[in-house]
Amino acid sequence: MKVIKEKHPLVMRWTHWVNFPILAIMIWSGMLIYWANDVYTVTIFGHTFVRFFPDWYYKLLHIPARLAEGMAFHFLFMWFFTLNGIFYILYTVISGEWRHLVPNRHSFKEAWLVLLHDLHIRKTAPPQNKYNAAQRIAYTAIILMGIGSVITGLAIYKPVQFNWLVWLCGGYHLARIFHFALTIGYVLFFLIHVVQVLLAGWNNFRSVVSGFEVINEQPKPVIETPHEEEKG
Amino acid sequence: MKKKRVKKELTVEQKIQRRNFISFTVFGAFAAGTYGGWKWLYNSPEETAGITAGAHKPLRRALNATELFFRRLAFNENHLVKTYPKSMAAKVVRHNSDIGSEGKLPPENWKLQVKKKSGEVLQITLDELRALPKTEIIYDFKCVEGWDQISHWGGVKFTDFIAHFKLQDEAKMEYVGLETPDKQYYVGIDMPSALHPQTLLAYEVNEKPLNGQHGQPLRLIIPVKYGIKNLKRIGSMNFSNTRPRDYWAEQGYDYYSGL
Repeated sequence: MKVIKEKHPLVMRWTHWVNFPILAIMIWSGMLIYWANDVYTVTIFGHTFVRFFPDWYYKLLHIPARLAEGMAFHFLFMWFFTLNGIFYILYTVISGEWRHLVPNRHSFKEAWLVLLHDLHIRKTAPPQNKYNAAQRIAYTAIILMGIGSVITGLAIYKPVQFNWLVWLCGGYHLARIFHFALTIGYVLFFLIHVVQVLLAGWNNFRSVVSGFEVINEQPKPVIETPHEEEKG
Repeated sequence: MKKKRVKKELTVEQKIQRRNFISFTVFGAFAAGTYGGWKWLYNSPEETAGITAGAHKPLRRALNATELFFRRLAFNENHLVKTYPKSMAAKVVRHNSDIGSEGKLPPENWKLQVKKKSGEVLQITLDELRALPKTEIIYDFKCVEGWDQISHWGGVKFTDFIAHFKLQDEAKMEYVGLETPDKQYYVGIDMPSALHPQTLLAYEVNEKPLNGQHGQPLRLIIPVKYGIKNLKRIGSMNFSNTRPRDYWAEQGYDYYSGL
């Protein structure tokens, strides 16, 4: 028998989807700014593995010589990014949703098992509620990263007025590096997130739009782990 | 007998369909609205060229409002830029641009022209400035491009300059405008930033007179602003209650560019 099971509250769905275009615009305008002083590389023992970014990449995305434009977009959308984030965190804390989200003392061990399961190394995954252990860690980390972006961003934006933030970030240089590295982190998160959502399927995706999942309730419940349907 | 129309309870299947329909309609409308809003903003007209130019109209309004917000929230003349020991100052001081300050200008051929409120124009020589107490600062100079460098500057504190030349009335105005002798480069500075205790009219870098690349004979060093506001080779100074013209603000950058 089909049953509707409530999953994501309205506020979480809204803040999730509102964040998507905002973060995209922040990353894009951030690249317009970064281009003007594009000094970061991944260099180990004198060998440069990655250069942020190669010329073909800049050309492809029409990035060069748009610093002023990038700043103008960045300093507008930073408001929406921050306000949306504050709203999400307040909601999560006040509603008690944080209990589903914040890792507990089992999460780190369980997340490893989830990872092995997802890589098809292990047959079973640990039982879970709304989110599995890996999701708890990932989704909490992404919120902390968001806070990190706001703090490092403010430190770079007004380093004299907020010099205590610059100090907190370990200096102006490090603040800019962290700000950049967090953005790379978002991109990696996004890639894995999208793959997981695709693998988890329609029922899971739908729950982030309409809020519920449809489950088949069997007369005699069998012990099982419905992990495949609750990912994303 | 009255016919009773009993509203049948929806089946689970109907509930699912109904909720899906509503959510995905709203979701689609949100997506379309976002796309439309973005297209509108991305293609929004450029501002009318004036004191500021080169930015999308709505973005310029946002820049101005945001700057005002942060100035009210955080600007305080007691917020000082961090200073460093002399050993950390760069030996080779980076320079980006010399618009308006190319080549050499012998100090004896140079005078700082200060336009007073009364219309009187002061003609100040470098020796007069050197005779005033010298202030030095070693701080992290920040370029709008994203690089920064610890550098060592020496000169007259802007507030000392105001006091010595009796420009207190002028300093009550809202802005100070600075231009190079050839008028090629020009900046406008809000008075609270100009009067910040670390703002200098600098004539030395690394304890030597400024050379051509750093805007000899006299330049502005204003740690609460990006490098674009640190005008090299000051030729004239004026005061006003409206924003003076500003080279980079005419090219899409924030007028205040405060740090």
